[in-house]
Amino acid sequence: MSQWQSITKLANDVQSGRTSASALVDQALQTIEDKKEFNAVIVSITERARERAKNIDNRVTNGETIGRLAGVPFIAKDNFLTFGSDTTAASNILKGFKAPYQSTAIERLEAEGAICVAKANLDAFAHGSSTENSDFMTTKNPHDPTRVPGGSSGGSAAAVILDMAPFALGTDTGGSIRLPASFCGAVGYKPTYGLVSRSGVVAMASSTDVIGPLTRTVEDAALVLDVMAGKDALDSTTIDRDPTSYQTSTTNYKLANAKIGVIREYMAEGLDPGVKKQIENAIEKLKVAGATVSEISLPSLPLALACYYIIMPAEVSSNLSRYDGQRYGFSHPKATSLDDSYNWSRTEGFGREAKRRIMIGTYVLSSGYYDAYYKKAQQLRTKLIDEFSQAFRTVDFMIGPTAPTPAFEIGQNISDPLKMYLTDIMTVAANLVGLPAISIPIGQIDGLPIGLQLMAAQNKDRHLLGLAKATEGILS
Amino acid sequence: MISDKVQKQYTPTIGIECHVQLKTKTKLFSAAGNDAREALPNTLISHIDLGMPGALPVLNEKAVELGMRAAFALNTKPQKLSTFDRKHYFYPDLPTGYQITQFYNPIIKGGHVIVNVDGKEIKVNIHEAHLEADAGKSIHPTGKDYSLIDLNRVGTPLLEIVSEPDMHSALEAKAYAKELYLLMRYAEVSDANLFYGNMRFDVNVSISTDTNKLGTRSETKNLNSFKSVEKAVEYEVKRQIELLEKGQTVIQETRGWDDAKQKTFSQRGKEEAHDYRYMPDPDIPPIELTDSVIASTQSSMPKLPNELRDKLQSLGLSNSATETLIEEMPAGKFVIGLLDKGFNNIDVKRIANWLTSEVQARVTSAQLTWENAKLEPASLMLLAQMVSKNEISSTGAKVVLGELVTNGGDALKIAESKNLLQVSNEDELTKIVEKVLAENPKAAADIKAGEMKAIGFMVGQIMKASQGKANPSLTQTLIKKLLQSK
Repeated sequence: MSQWQSITKLANDVQSGRTSASALVDQALQTIEDKKEFNAVIVSITERARERAKNIDNRVTNGETIGRLAGVPFIAKDNFLTFGSDTTAASNILKGFKAPYQSTAIERLEAEGAICVAKANLDAFAHGSSTENSDFMTTKNPHDPTRVPGGSSGGSAAAVILDMAPFALGTDTGGSIRLPASFCGAVGYKPTYGLVSRSGVVAMASSTDVIGPLTRTVEDAALVLDVMAGKDALDSTTIDRDPTSYQTSTTNYKLANAKIGVIREYMAEGLDPGVKKQIENAIEKLKVAGATVSEISLPSLPLALACYYIIMPAEVSSNLSRYDGQRYGFSHPKATSLDDSYNWSRTEGFGREAKRRIMIGTYVLSSGYYDAYYKKAQQLRTKLIDEFSQAFRTVDFMIGPTAPTPAFEIGQNISDPLKMYLTDIMTVAANLVGLPAISIPIGQIDGLPIGLQLMAAQNKDRHLLGLAKATEGILS
Repeated sequence: MISDKVQKQYTPTIGIECHVQLKTKTKLFSAAGNDAREALPNTLISHIDLGMPGALPVLNEKAVELGMRAAFALNTKPQKLSTFDRKHYFYPDLPTGYQITQFYNPIIKGGHVIVNVDGKEIKVNIHEAHLEADAGKSIHPTGKDYSLIDLNRVGTPLLEIVSEPDMHSALEAKAYAKELYLLMRYAEVSDANLFYGNMRFDVNVSISTDTNKLGTRSETKNLNSFKSVEKAVEYEVKRQIELLEKGQTVIQETRGWDDAKQKTFSQRGKEEAHDYRYMPDPDIPPIELTDSVIASTQSSMPKLPNELRDKLQSLGLSNSATETLIEEMPAGKFVIGLLDKGFNNIDVKRIANWLTSEVQARVTSAQLTWENAKLEPASLMLLAQMVSKNEISSTGAKVVLGELVTNGGDALKIAESKNLLQVSNEDELTKIVEKVLAENPKAAADIKAGEMKAIGFMVGQIMKASQGKANPSLTQTLIKKLLQSK
């Protein structure tokens, strides 16, 4: 059992004076310290967190209403710009970078009384599926320290399961929230593209980047989404939120109304038999509970990964251009000419994976290759969007595994980028299409957690969270 | 030296790309101020302009509106769908490593500009025009081992207007540049202040002896006056003819303009051309313009130079007065405003001529600027009407005018205070005429005998006696009347 109660309960207790924000922050910071050998966290935000907690406690004493997250500690992936610590995206090129402004997501959480206590480890610039691409350290899986936590939000997922905070923030560009949720046994929610502002989050691939929570329960995830979701003047790709509360929507969902499609392509070859069995069990239980389950097929789905690994590096190569050693972050001290400064700062500042993606992205965008790669990938993306919208005419939801296997061993895939990329095979489609998707823990194999992935059509976040909460109920 | 005969064998072909700085309060993608004229370096920048991690561009709606206005000024309609793309290159004055521009779907496609060159109208077609964000400024102090970067200009909204290669002489190129300048000012798209680099021209020049085939072109960049456009084209045409005449070839390259030497010089060749890796910008949703937004922008368009020229000429103004009024936009707009108010054409024409003579002279001599000149329609009209009604002489009116546009006020009161009102009161004038006739019996007799010359003399004497205030035509009438009655 977790030492943390539900977020709503924690906030109520702080507001009513049953506990204090300072006590919760101390508890979080202590756990972070106690479990630091897991490398889930890059840096604690001790001073600012304690100050904020004290301020909230004083306001409670003065009879003020704090907000839905009163005094609740959380951990942000280190690609969120925050005050109180460096923001590095786990990359050497941003080492020592002090954010001059905070991300919208952090601002909205703070406005409701939440307190950021630490920055979580990630694959540098969120490039990876294991946190092994962090320029600083590899996070260990809370269930088996010889295994990876998944990535790129591996630090965030591990931190939640290690009880370092009631919730953590992640980013999901191709599965980076759901995969570590699956590997660590957390709930990981990827909202509809545009539902949460990307302003103040280090960009990876702008057309698929989303921000979402990692929690222990679906209800907690829904509450955090409630606070973060909605239009933001600083991000033109944000959309209007559903006026109905996501958290409330999780309480009375009727499984009997659900039409769920099992994605044939995800249940095929390459899926670990143990994982497959657990997914099939979950599907059976949903049927028993009254859900209508059928098989569906999306013919272009097997091409989604290839499509993703063209569009994503293209955008990565563009988004990483600004890290040139001229204005902030690492600048090579020995460079005496502009060209050397560019070359050496980027050569030493970027890790291998960032360079690999810059190379691929630069190639697919270069004149003469654009049509053959980037343009073709965009055409395929459009086809995928069509196929999904077609499929969502017959079903409300889709179901399948989050990952083909449980967590793999540290070092197992690191020298084989292709194998590493294949861990994203079941998650990237939701990003390319912009769909909401969630991974919820449904059991374990040899002590390693397995995640079930549920997806819905764009802007059906409320319904998806309802289904996820109901599924969580019948599986526990 | 190349002879005229050789020169005539070659047809120059010219296309012009013009960067117009849009008149917005803030930048194209951030809330930082857009007026860098008096600002200290690196003071007009936000986290977006600085390319901070996580910073996202937010499109300035005003810039889109100005893009729409430009479309109408260029005789076309804005595209209902346009998008932004990233153009990648590394340079210290480009913080994000890419310039945001409209490569695939510009806001303007097509259109044209009618240009008058020596009384002949030519039509220059527009290929396209796109919105884009400017880069910062790099300063390389001579003799120093460092460069300075000023990012104030980063994100300044520009409209790049690309013409078709429809011009064939330096004069045509100059005339096009000037007309574009007038269009952008009248359409209120840009302040078009050339001194501050609000308009910058790149001229593409090639020559060919075969009118069906274009030669290799050079591109001379960053010209900031009409004169330099003309001179750069002239120079390039001559340089290219000389090369070909010597049996050499013209290479495709980018050239700069040395204003002191009045010469172009080579900057970089084609082989050094960048691969910009254009990519749709995923941070900026497409601009989708509805028919009603387009229609309401169109209906808010002011009159443009060619329509104004027609109107001014219909008043009977000379070509040069017309052009002066068009070029001095506040004056031109003032005159059109009077016509729109339905004032009498003769009075309006009088005022128009004042503006192009006395008032312009004051502006040129820096006693006044068009902006602080007190151009009050009611008082100027009153003055014009006083002239028409012979209440003031045209010489007297000019005295009043000078006072009026400098300090403002009431034309009648100024005329009164300066004692410039003509005597039009018949009784009062009759007394003066009688007196002068009595004093000049010989002249009076001559007039009576039909000696018309003597009338002029007599009017002059009466003017003298009245200290210039006698209404000349009334005076004549009275002279005749009084002599006949005798």
